[in-house]
Amino acid sequence: MIDIQEFICVTCPVGCNIRAEVVNNQLVAIHGQSCQRGEAFVQEELRDARRMLTTTVQVVGGTLPLLPVRTASPIPKRLLLLLASELRRLQVQAPVEAGQPVLPNALGTGVDVIATRGITAA
Amino acid sequence: MKSISCDVLVVGSGPAGLAAALEARQTGAQEVLLLERNDELGGILQQCIHTGFGLREFGQDLSGPEYAWRWIDQVHDAGLQVLSETMVLSVDATRRVVATSKALGMIEILPRALVLAMGCRERPRGALAIPGTRPAGVYTAGTAQRLVNIDGYMPGNRFVILGSGDIGMIMARRLTLEGAEVAAVCEILPYLSGLRRNLVQCIRDYDIPLHLCTTVTEVRGQDRVTSVVVSGVDADRRPLPGTEREIPCDTLLLSVGLVPENELTRMAGASMDAVTGGPRVNEGYATDIPGIFAAGNVVHVYDLVDDVSQAARIAGRSAARYACSTQAPTGPTVRLVAGENVRAVVPQLVHPAALEQESIALHMRVRTPIEAPVNLDLRLGERTLLSRRFRYVRPAEMLTLTLPQRLAGELAGATELSVHVRT
Ligand SMILES: Cc1cc2nc3c(=O)[nH]c(=O)nc-3n(C[C@H](O)[C@H](O)[C@H](O)COP(=O)(O)OP(=O)(O)OC[C@H]3O[C@@H](n4cnc5c(N)ncnc54)[C@H](O)[C@@H]3O)c2cc1C
Ligand code: SF4
Repeated sequence: MIDIQEFICVTCPVGCNIRAEVVNNQLVAIHGQSCQRGEAFVQEELRDARRMLTTTVQVVGGTLPLLPVRTASPIPKRLLLLLASELRRLQVQAPVEAGQPVLPNALGTGVDVIATRGITAA
Repeated sequence: MKSISCDVLVVGSGPAGLAAALEARQTGAQEVLLLERNDELGGILQQCIHTGFGLREFGQDLSGPEYAWRWIDQVHDAGLQVLSETMVLSVDATRRVVATSKALGMIEILPRALVLAMGCRERPRGALAIPGTRPAGVYTAGTAQRLVNIDGYMPGNRFVILGSGDIGMIMARRLTLEGAEVAAVCEILPYLSGLRRNLVQCIRDYDIPLHLCTTVTEVRGQDRVTSVVVSGVDADRRPLPGTEREIPCDTLLLSVGLVPENELTRMAGASMDAVTGGPRVNEGYATDIPGIFAAGNVVHVYDLVDDVSQAARIAGRSAARYACSTQAPTGPTVRLVAGENVRAVVPQLVHPAALEQESIALHMRVRTPIEAPVNLDLRLGERTLLSRRFRYVRPAEMLTLTLPQRLAGELAGATELSVHVRT
């Protein structure tokens, strides 16, 4: 049984409409992608969809109340809300440097959560 | 009043101002001064904590602050003069700029060339005229973004978002991640007004209900919003009686468009384009006031920051050339006109003489989406000079057509070129 699945690639802003033919969760044919990254995207969506998480954490003793953070690379989509709620409880101490890990190995994914800007101490 | 002179003055330090200032220095302008009304540089990027920036400039998927800091660091390394907490109050056609600065008080600046890079602002509720009460709890999406991402204040618990622009969709995800509920995103048009990737990664990933051809027809509540009424609309965007539905919520966010911030540009007397809301510019992003250039969202609203940086470099380069030698492209110009299914074209004017030196990128948007392959044609009268094929065209996505140098000869003597999108 061939299962036709529709995807919108999120790898770049073009947002190609991709039509994939899938048998037993295996990709057998693909149409509509404008570049090779489109196929890699669909393969990953079928296997284990991943997204970058971006949010903020509280800063103590800094010139700003919040620090913007992101996962260093995409994490499994099903963990996004869980990690976001975990990060709502996290506090970091100023000063913070851009790129500094604020939560290493988030939820055991092997991916760090990193600061996306620096904040100096007040 | 303190008076300052410099080669190039840049007003606004968003990605456009940062790139224009750096490029002006790299082109040879010695005294480059950058003014910013906020205490921090970077413009709107500092509140855009999501990723999606820099794929082209840096080959990396960066957050707004990361993208901004890469440029801010370069501006500091290059030793450009920066005055933050300084707001420009007026500009005239002689490039006399008056500003109020926290450090220096009222100042007058007389630059040899001026780059305007004030960005854009959100269309407010007033522009929409939604009937009903005027309770607390109605914000523009960008204001909410600032509150949530910078000030750390959640403006509500249960939201309805009107408008499917990128800021609206990005805020739908952001609020969900902060534990709030987004009851609905409503879009009056039959299609999305933001990027398709945001439909996936901001709306569908979080199962947020999206209603197309739907608008908010009433806001209810006395002191605070308690609900909104939404209705389906017909092909002319008129609410359809009998389709009303009440959605309980405590906050309504409006994401209904951005307008270029051009008070200063108008004060200087530059001619404006009624469709883009920005000044009419040539291939060097020069306005029709000598020595005044424009960069970024003041010219027309961009969807990608990488395009902003790219265009702003051109503005910075032209400004530096003007400042150093009062050198500006000369000779006749050719007008660019929006034809079939094209909303507006930027730049609005090109000098064939400039095209001899360098290719020129034209940017435009379509009026209505076509989800099938189309051609974008550049025509001189009935003759097609250039054609580019696109897989789809959508109003949310800016199209680029690059005029190659070899067309310079064809353009000489022409007065008008038009661009058309056809299937
Ligand atoms: C909410 C939002 C989300 C976005 N998401 C993405 C995305 O995911 N990916 C992407 O590539 N692009 C995105 N963009 C688009 C991109 O970020 C913008 O197009 C870009 O920031 C515009 O740059 P700018 O320099 O023209 O304006 P701005 O960044 O707005 O900068 C203008 C600056 O001028 C200053 N200013 C204004 N008036 C004065 C004055 N009178 N005196 C002194 N200073 C003044 C302002 O304070 C501000 O700092 C997004 C834009 C918004 C608004
Ligand atoms: S397939 Fe390629 S061009 Fe199309 S959205 Fe994905 S990455 Fe972009």
